[in-house]
Amino acid sequence: MSSLQSYLLLSALLFSIGLAGALTRRNAILVLIGIELMLNAANLNFIAFWRFGPTPSRLTGIMFAIFSISVAAAEAAVGLGIILAAYRHSRTTDLDQMNSLKG
Amino acid sequence: MTWIVQNLWLIPALPILAAGLSALLKQRSRIPAAALAIGSLAISFLLSLCAFAHTLTHPAIQTFNFNWFQFGNQWLQLGWMLDPLTAVMLVMVTFVGLLIFIYSVGYMEHDENFTRFFCFLALFAGAMLGVVIANSLLLLFMCWEIVGLTSYLLIGFWYAKPEAAAAAKKAFIVTRIGDLGFLIGMVWLYAQSGTLLFYNAGAGCLEASALSHLPVHTAFFGLSAASAIGILIFCGAAGKSGQVPLHVWLPDAMEGPTPVSALIHAATMVAAGVFLIARIYLLMDAQYVIWNGNLPTTVPPVALEVVTWVGAITAVFAALIAVGQWDIKRILAYSTVSQLGYMMMGLGVGGPAVGIFHLITHAFFKALLFLGAGSVIHGCSGEQDIRRMGGLSKSMRVTFLTYMAGMLALCGFPFFFSGFWSKDAILHAAHNWNISQAPFYMGAFGALLTAFYMTRQVYYVFAGSNRLAAATHDDPALAAHFEEPAHPAPHHPHESPAVMTIPLVILAAFAILLGFVGTPAWPWFQSFLEGNSAFLIAGFPEPGVLPVMLSSSLIVLLGLGLGWYFYGRKPIASAEAPDALGELQPQIFSLLGHAFYVDALYGATLIRLNTWWSKVCDWFDRFVWNGAVQTISYLVVGTAWVDNFLDAGIINTGFDSSCESVSRSGDRLSLLQDGRIQSYLRVIGVALIALVIFLLWGAKA
Repeated sequence: MSSLQSYLLLSALLFSIGLAGALTRRNAILVLIGIELMLNAANLNFIAFWRFGPTPSRLTGIMFAIFSISVAAAEAAVGLGIILAAYRHSRTTDLDQMNSLKG
Repeated sequence: MTWIVQNLWLIPALPILAAGLSALLKQRSRIPAAALAIGSLAISFLLSLCAFAHTLTHPAIQTFNFNWFQFGNQWLQLGWMLDPLTAVMLVMVTFVGLLIFIYSVGYMEHDENFTRFFCFLALFAGAMLGVVIANSLLLLFMCWEIVGLTSYLLIGFWYAKPEAAAAAKKAFIVTRIGDLGFLIGMVWLYAQSGTLLFYNAGAGCLEASALSHLPVHTAFFGLSAASAIGILIFCGAAGKSGQVPLHVWLPDAMEGPTPVSALIHAATMVAAGVFLIARIYLLMDAQYVIWNGNLPTTVPPVALEVVTWVGAITAVFAALIAVGQWDIKRILAYSTVSQLGYMMMGLGVGGPAVGIFHLITHAFFKALLFLGAGSVIHGCSGEQDIRRMGGLSKSMRVTFLTYMAGMLALCGFPFFFSGFWSKDAILHAAHNWNISQAPFYMGAFGALLTAFYMTRQVYYVFAGSNRLAAATHDDPALAAHFEEPAHPAPHHPHESPAVMTIPLVILAAFAILLGFVGTPAWPWFQSFLEGNSAFLIAGFPEPGVLPVMLSSSLIVLLGLGLGWYFYGRKPIASAEAPDALGELQPQIFSLLGHAFYVDALYGATLIRLNTWWSKVCDWFDRFVWNGAVQTISYLVVGTAWVDNFLDAGIINTGFDSSCESVSRSGDRLSLLQDGRIQSYLRVIGVALIALVIFLLWGAKA
């Protein structure tokens, strides 16, 4: 197994853990953590492909990763803001209880 | 086309219009109703005089025909005509009618249905005038039926009285039976000759072309078509003119008010039958020649023979019955039937001139007699039984004198009275009839009976002392017995008001004077009717006239004498005293009094048959026709039930269940939407993975 494959395996593992967390955790913040985990797994993917790609000297991968991290940060802030607003409305963080759109 | 011929239609139209307007009036507007009727008839009278004056100088037949409606490529035509016969009838009907209308104003004064009375009278007058001027057998028949209708309405004028209602029904039904023959004859005539117009510039059914081939067609029993049609139409005339056996309605028709009896059942309507036969005389007289080898023999007109025999039998039959009657109007009714028989006999043996002359004179004196009887009834406060009258010659002088004039005219008292001349003309023609002398002897016997029963009536009504006052004094229940409604309590008889006596006087004058236009020495009337110009020089009497005149005078005097012998020698004792003739021959008198039980015979046979048949028809209607209708209705209901079952049970249920399943599947689908974000995300995730696999698999392949 090459180094690339091990990195990709690691990022796939992280992604699936993050996905599993986002889809199954009851607490809204833990869902956010899962989403962050998925984003970071994608970052890892970027770095891995940059490092083992055709031009490792150019800073392409790092630029990707920095943008991705800043977007993740902004998105985490917005996400937290949404969770806070939702908490203020429904007084709970349990996602299972926020089902007012039930048909 | 002169003005009068073109506007002849006004003569019947004005009274009918008056009737129509009267029908809209309220019950209390009496003066307008009477004014309309009398006014319209007065104008018709003046127009009739114009027409009469016109025919004096132009005795040829003038017609006015018009198209009515088209069927196929033929037009049905109607029309009116003016000829001496028409003119004479017009003047008579309007004049006598006018006098009777005026009389009715006084007679019906106390009746609350005054307005309705004058409406019907005007309608009758219009329809009768329509019968007179009709140039088409169809138009004549239509007016004939209206005349019958008004007769029904007027006989049953006091419809609340059951006898009056029954009499009206009887009159209508019996005349209808005769009219059936009339209708068949009319249809046959139309089939044979193609037209119902009498005179149509050569194409009419009484003109040469039709008459030349009508008699030649033989019907059955060797009758010619012309004779058969004539006999059928005579059935209608027999019904309307009360010939035996259809005479039964006329005596019962006396239930109507007396002016009605005078106008309709004495002077005009019953004369319509005689008029009809006179009108179609050419058809009835049509003879044809058959050749036996080289010898021609004329086949005599059988129709006229039938008319003569029926007339003669009726004359004697009714005169016999009149001898045994007690009601003043019934005596006159049977007398009318008898005189109508004379008229028919006269038509058969002597032609239209003879029959119509007697019709005209009879109209005047019979109307006079009826109006006089009405005056008597009015004076006796509604009493109609002659046994309870008497002594009126002193208390009702004008009525008595005019009544005597009428009575003598009816009996045919020689020389001074019109009835003598007209009846004599009939007897003379009967004497000269070459087929048989029997009608002459029957006519003579009838004349004897006429004199006898009229004398009887006059003695009972006018002579002696007043039996009504005496009877009511003793019997208060009798005092409450009245024939006519709305009359005051009985008191001693008094003369009628002038509005009733003046027409009597006028009619009496005519009853005397009218005879002189038809004497054998100056047969103006007969020659006028036959179409000659009016101003004929006096001729000598035909041979054989004098012996007949003498013998008929003797017969009349004998009848009067017999009447005096039985009823005049001793005054009639009381209302309960039996009849003098009845004491002599009680069974015969009772037979006459019951009118030979003809009504009972009809009741036992025809009426029972009719009742049975009506029950059969009712059964048929109730079970067969009704059953068929019910079956169809059940079929429809059954079909509706099946349809409902299909619609509600099957279609609705099917549709409902499919809608149910859609709704339930929708419910189940909505379970997917549980409002939880994470389940939505899971679905997205699974779908995404499936999509990627699908695309990779697709790309690989």
